[in-house]
Amino acid sequence: MDAAAIDRALRRIAHEIVERNPQLDTVILAGIPSRGVEIAGRLADIIESLGQPRVGIGAIDVSMHRDDIGTRPELPRVQASTLPLPLEGKTVIIVDDVFFTGRTVRAAMDAISSFGRPARIQLAALIDRGHRELPIRGDYVGKNLPTAPGEQVRLRLEDVDGEPDAVWLIKEEKA
Amino acid sequence: MRWQRKDLLGIRELSAEEIIFLLDTADAFKEVGTREIKKVPALRGKTLVNFFVEPSTRTRTSFEIAAIRLSADVINISASSSSLIKGETLKDTAKILEAYHADLIVLRHSSSGAPQFLAERLKSSVINAGDGAHEHPTQALLDLYTIRAHKGTVAGLHVAIIGDILFSRVARSNIFGLLKLGARVTLVGPSTLVPREFEKLGVTVTHKLDEVLETADVVNLLRIQHERQRKEYFPGIGEYVRLFGLTKERGKRLKPDCLIMHPGPINRGVEIDSELADGTQSVILEQVTNGLAVRMAVLYLCGGIAT
Repeated sequence: MDAAAIDRALRRIAHEIVERNPQLDTVILAGIPSRGVEIAGRLADIIESLGQPRVGIGAIDVSMHRDDIGTRPELPRVQASTLPLPLEGKTVIIVDDVFFTGRTVRAAMDAISSFGRPARIQLAALIDRGHRELPIRGDYVGKNLPTAPGEQVRLRLEDVDGEPDAVWLIKEEKA
Repeated sequence: MRWQRKDLLGIRELSAEEIIFLLDTADAFKEVGTREIKKVPALRGKTLVNFFVEPSTRTRTSFEIAAIRLSADVINISASSSSLIKGETLKDTAKILEAYHADLIVLRHSSSGAPQFLAERLKSSVINAGDGAHEHPTQALLDLYTIRAHKGTVAGLHVAIIGDILFSRVARSNIFGLLKLGARVTLVGPSTLVPREFEKLGVTVTHKLDEVLETADVVNLLRIQHERQRKEYFPGIGEYVRLFGLTKERGKRLKPDCLIMHPGPINRGVEIDSELADGTQSVILEQVTNGLAVRMAVLYLCGGIAT
């Protein structure tokens, strides 16, 4: 996927969000750092460019809510979560870059509930690579990318990674 | 970078990068304190033993609240309820803690090096909550965090640490942390409590408080530890206040944005004038709140990695 394809996928998601949420002023896009936050910002910009109201955006860090604590030999940086409050009556759309096992999304839902009780939670992802380990599905998916479990999906976004927008599927390396 | 340590024994062995990483992580945990539900499942299923061989209320309570907010189960063992006073060695006590499957041990001990002794022998994470006159790393981290929160950065600041430096693990941990992050440090106190040897660490030593008042960005007042003072080191309360107390008159000479810090508990009217302790420049209560965030970060990082 190149930059143009990523942009098309995001526009499609933005249109679907507008169609399915007549009350856009109650929508909050909650990005999972760091690329999910960037994608949430882009989606908000696209929605606004369609002549729609500006939706709320926030960031939801899932590190403290993961289910694999104590299994990793090193820990990455945790970021503060920021959500426009209160969440009561709102539709919170979790925004992630690559939707995979569903464990990150479960952790994100758990994190969101510690801020309040939104009317509903939905999920938007740029890429859905399959291999779910939990009963979770995406509401808005930019591209379905069939993968093998050992393969890697490599996503780069200009403002986060300093490289042009692109998605690669990296095949399993034979040892 | 990524965090890789199971133990926090002192500031001396940390890199500047690791200190910044801890402070950044504390920022994230400070946010948790603003949520409707101030509790995250990060250490769910883990057991933390607060093992305080030396008495302490605030540090123990701070660690306990931090652990509870991380969903860990907390057991408190204090000197009076521990069999150490019945003659059990630290090594035997360590084995008992391990047999209980304690995942994290927060240790306060009168002997320097006791946390390291445990850390080398146990799979559990060991967090130093103050050992002898050696280090008190979480106090230094919360001081650095508080300074950074107000000043934006620690680098380039002039920090004066005032009082009983010789016996102070808080001072030692602070000195290591401040220097690593690029601050200029001046130690102030009577020559018996602030010997010139400290200059080998890279700090300035002075025995005149008046010399630092106008240039300090932060004054950190250490508690006069009456219980540890021996007569030959200490000039007497009246003389101490006259020479080293932050009195109202001295307070007026501080820069308007100079932060006044104190690790507590405060001896009002001794290290610091009561009004100054409650004044607008004082961040003493913020230090307490920030201590929770910093300790949550330490417990999360050290207790959260695979061992």
